[in-house]
Amino acid sequence: MLTIRNLHARVDDNVILKGINLTVQAGEVHALMGPNGSGKSTLAGVLAGRDAYDVTEGEILYQGKDLLDMDPEERAREGIFLAFQYPVEIPGVSNTYFLRAAVNAIRKSRGQGELDAAGFLKLVRQKLKVLHIDDELLKRPVNAGFSGGEKKRNEIFQMAVLDPKLAILDETDSGLDIDALRIVADGVNALRSADRAMLVITHYQRLLNYIVPDRVHVLFDGRIVKSGGKELALELEEKGYGWLEETASQPQAV
Amino acid sequence: MTEKDVYLSTFANLEKVRGHAEPSWLHSLRTAAIDRFAELGFPSLRDEDWRFTNLAPLVRIPFQPAEPAVLEARDVAQADRLAYAQANTHRLVFVNGFFAPRLSTLGRLPDAVYAGSLAQTLREQPEQVEPHLAHYAGFDDHPFRALNTAFFRDGAFVSVGAGRVVEEPIHLIFISTAGHEPAVAHPRNLLVTGSGSALTVVETYLGLGEGPYFTNAVTEMVLADGALVDHYKVQRETVQAFHMASLQVQQQRKSTLSSHAITLGGGLVRNEIGAVLGAEGCECTLNGLYLGTGRQHLDNRTTIEHAMPRCASHELYKGILDGKAHGVFNGKICVRQDAQKTDAKQTNQTLLLSEDATINTKPQLEICADDVKCTHGATVGQLDPESLFYLRTRGIDLAAARSLLTFAFANDIVERIKVAPLRAGLEDYLLASQQLAADRDGKEEA
Repeated sequence: MLTIRNLHARVDDNVILKGINLTVQAGEVHALMGPNGSGKSTLAGVLAGRDAYDVTEGEILYQGKDLLDMDPEERAREGIFLAFQYPVEIPGVSNTYFLRAAVNAIRKSRGQGELDAAGFLKLVRQKLKVLHIDDELLKRPVNAGFSGGEKKRNEIFQMAVLDPKLAILDETDSGLDIDALRIVADGVNALRSADRAMLVITHYQRLLNYIVPDRVHVLFDGRIVKSGGKELALELEEKGYGWLEETASQPQAV
Repeated sequence: MTEKDVYLSTFANLEKVRGHAEPSWLHSLRTAAIDRFAELGFPSLRDEDWRFTNLAPLVRIPFQPAEPAVLEARDVAQADRLAYAQANTHRLVFVNGFFAPRLSTLGRLPDAVYAGSLAQTLREQPEQVEPHLAHYAGFDDHPFRALNTAFFRDGAFVSVGAGRVVEEPIHLIFISTAGHEPAVAHPRNLLVTGSGSALTVVETYLGLGEGPYFTNAVTEMVLADGALVDHYKVQRETVQAFHMASLQVQQQRKSTLSSHAITLGGGLVRNEIGAVLGAEGCECTLNGLYLGTGRQHLDNRTTIEHAMPRCASHELYKGILDGKAHGVFNGKICVRQDAQKTDAKQTNQTLLLSEDATINTKPQLEICADDVKCTHGATVGQLDPESLFYLRTRGIDLAAARSLLTFAFANDIVERIKVAPLRAGLEDYLLASQQLAADRDGKEEA
């Protein structure tokens, strides 16, 4: 579903991604770990279409199409979803209105009819329960006054409603306590399917106890320096990121 | 004939008509007011307080005193729609500054609560009015208040007795009908709330018809100890209208005022709101929203005086300016020497949607006490890029995202309105102005 080839990207004069190669198939959950500054959020941003990042080399193919040629809204309509690390607050628009507008924008692009308020509520009711989100929260402005945990749950709730093919979770576990983490993980796991791929970006191994990945990649200084199965995450936890410095010079596995 | 002379000679004529129908104290007040206006004249661009607002277009029109008018049924229906006043609410309607009893309805009010015509109260119970009228909104430095005091024919008088809670909002609706001759009306309102009382009041100003007209309104409000007032002013005059308005509030101990000023219409508008926090423990929230397009000139000015300790004031004024509209915001906060532990916050944010739209924004802080918290901020600019990106990653295209965020920017103020039909109506207005879908059928809260 997703093929990243030799991706180089920078912000202004800082080169952050220095040749990323990654392939993700439908049905797979890939974890991406790495120390601060390794380029995890940059990769998420490039995939979602943040214009702060300049891609200087390489290509990204999504379902065979050139992803870098698409606007953020086109990518969303093609089924890409980014769960933000720091979801923005938008006073003045309710969660309901915003999400319904998003659902309808995507439905329209697929030639489907738009949902009215009642139809939308029907769609979301069950998903609200899974993520322990109160109806009341929906009426409030987007993320306004939400705790960190509530914001992250709201991201996964949106993901459940928008039904993406490729979900990128950017440090979804940051700032969460164990209970919130469990709820979020349950929500994510409920969305695992043969048609869907996920890229779970995390700093800590802990999340991966709950969202068990098929593949783990370790990012260091803008490159994937090691890839493996889920045991790699545990190994990293034990040995720490320092251990990577030795492995950095070795050719990366795919 | 100078520009003032129209008003001076009109006053002389009115004197003849009024004769001695009014109490002598009122007659003296009016005379003092017109004399003061004669001395002051109209403000000019050389006056610091009027630096950004050119009154020449208003001053050059020889406005005649507005006459009462009878509205047709469809005009009444139109006015109701524009005022978002529901059928069974308390409503006092004034047409061209004259009370229109047949268009007004008052439901059951608690005892010791009175709402009605100021002119009638002056005839029947002037002692209710005398202690307050012009005691808060002085006209010494203020030509428009002076004119209003000299010329007002009528307006609303609302009095709420101690401890009384008025559950339903009282709507004061001021309708101007533009006619062949440009005319001016001077609505004068007085709202007196007793200790521990609670009142919600909505002032709506709207215009029907073509042609220039001038609304020169003054509202005075006094909140006794522990009184709670929720006040809204919605201005929907036509684009040919001139609208000068002054709200002056006096707050006593531990009283709470929340006032929202929503400016949607008018060609040349100046909205002044002043609050004196005259005793300890007052809370004062002044929020405003101004939407300008075409060649509208929308000037908002607030003055909050912290005279005593431990009062808190919050201001949030937001504007969206398009076309060649010109906005002005001046927020003055005075913290007097005794006002220790003052907490004052003022924010003005303006979105400029076109190259020619302009805003002049100026906070003014005069702080004479030393243990205070006083913050102010003004931003002018564009929509938040992170918010735009967030919406786009959810499939909303750039144009729709801009519309949605522009709506959200304004709705941030509207969603604070506690009168549900007013909030819902203004939200619909904002959605329509951005060509966004209505949200009606999803609304459970009403």
